[in-house]
Amino acid sequence: MPDARYRAGDKVRVRKAAPLGHVRTPYYIRGHSGVVERVCGAFPNPEELAQQRDGLPAQPLYRVRFRQRDVWPGYRGSRDDVIELEIFQHWIEP
Amino acid sequence: MKQETGRYEPYNYFQLMEVSLRELLVEKGIVTEDAIAGAMAVMRARGPERGAAMVARAWTDPAYKARLLENGSRAAEELGFEVPGLRLIVVENTPETHNAIVCTLCSCYPRILLGLPPEWYKSKPYRSRMVREPRKVLAEFGLKVPAKVQIRVHDSNADMRYMVLPMRPAGTGGWDEARLAGLVTRDCLIGVAVPTLPKIPKKPKPRKS
Repeated sequence: MPDARYRAGDKVRVRKAAPLGHVRTPYYIRGHSGVVERVCGAFPNPEELAQQRDGLPAQPLYRVRFRQRDVWPGYRGSRDDVIELEIFQHWIEP
Repeated sequence: MKQETGRYEPYNYFQLMEVSLRELLVEKGIVTEDAIAGAMAVMRARGPERGAAMVARAWTDPAYKARLLENGSRAAEELGFEVPGLRLIVVENTPETHNAIVCTLCSCYPRILLGLPPEWYKSKPYRSRMVREPRKVLAEFGLKVPAKVQIRVHDSNADMRYMVLPMRPAGTGGWDEARLAGLVTRDCLIGVAVPTLPKIPKKPKPRKS
């Protein structure tokens, strides 16, 4: 498996891309920057699994925390509100 | 699927796919109708009791709570709950932070600990609104989160599953685990409610005559 390139506390940016297929990176978070909350381990790539391939090498998966105000224009809520998602390493911009 | 309406509803695309696949599996002898019915009965019978038991243990045993937050799946196994394949992250509510869970892409949910997800959890309005206006959605559930409390929404979008560890309500000192677990509802474990003590009806004041 590829090494986990990022650690908790690292600032990362989600790739802005629109490939077809079974993608587990929601549209609303693509192109946004957040901070790695934890490394979850490595898991077979769901985009490959959906095509009946083995999804290997497993991709490092990160829990990334984003500020709601950065994600949603006009977010109504506290400045400190956050949203967390799981982002695969190949969805993080190098 | 909608027999309860008493009207004939043709299968939609996905229902037709499900029925076709199921019938093929049975026809080829890979599974039996009985095995499917049995598995569904087990799934339907399961409620949030296991999740509630984990919370009650965490409320009464600080060392267990630390292990629960460190590795949720292992903490489930410690209480004798088998959770094959589950990668559970437990998120803790504090006076400063309130957590809530959603799966925007489908309906991922720790079924083995909480039972089947409620219909609203799978609905598009919940899935789309919980991420962008969580305070409004929580208020609709009857939960007003003060502005000074941070809301942390967890999108269960890939391989991990989530459960909220709510705060132990005041006034429960000396309660045993079973009694505490009775306060922890499914909605508390999703984060759209918090445990509350049952309201004790006020004694009517004696009227002055």
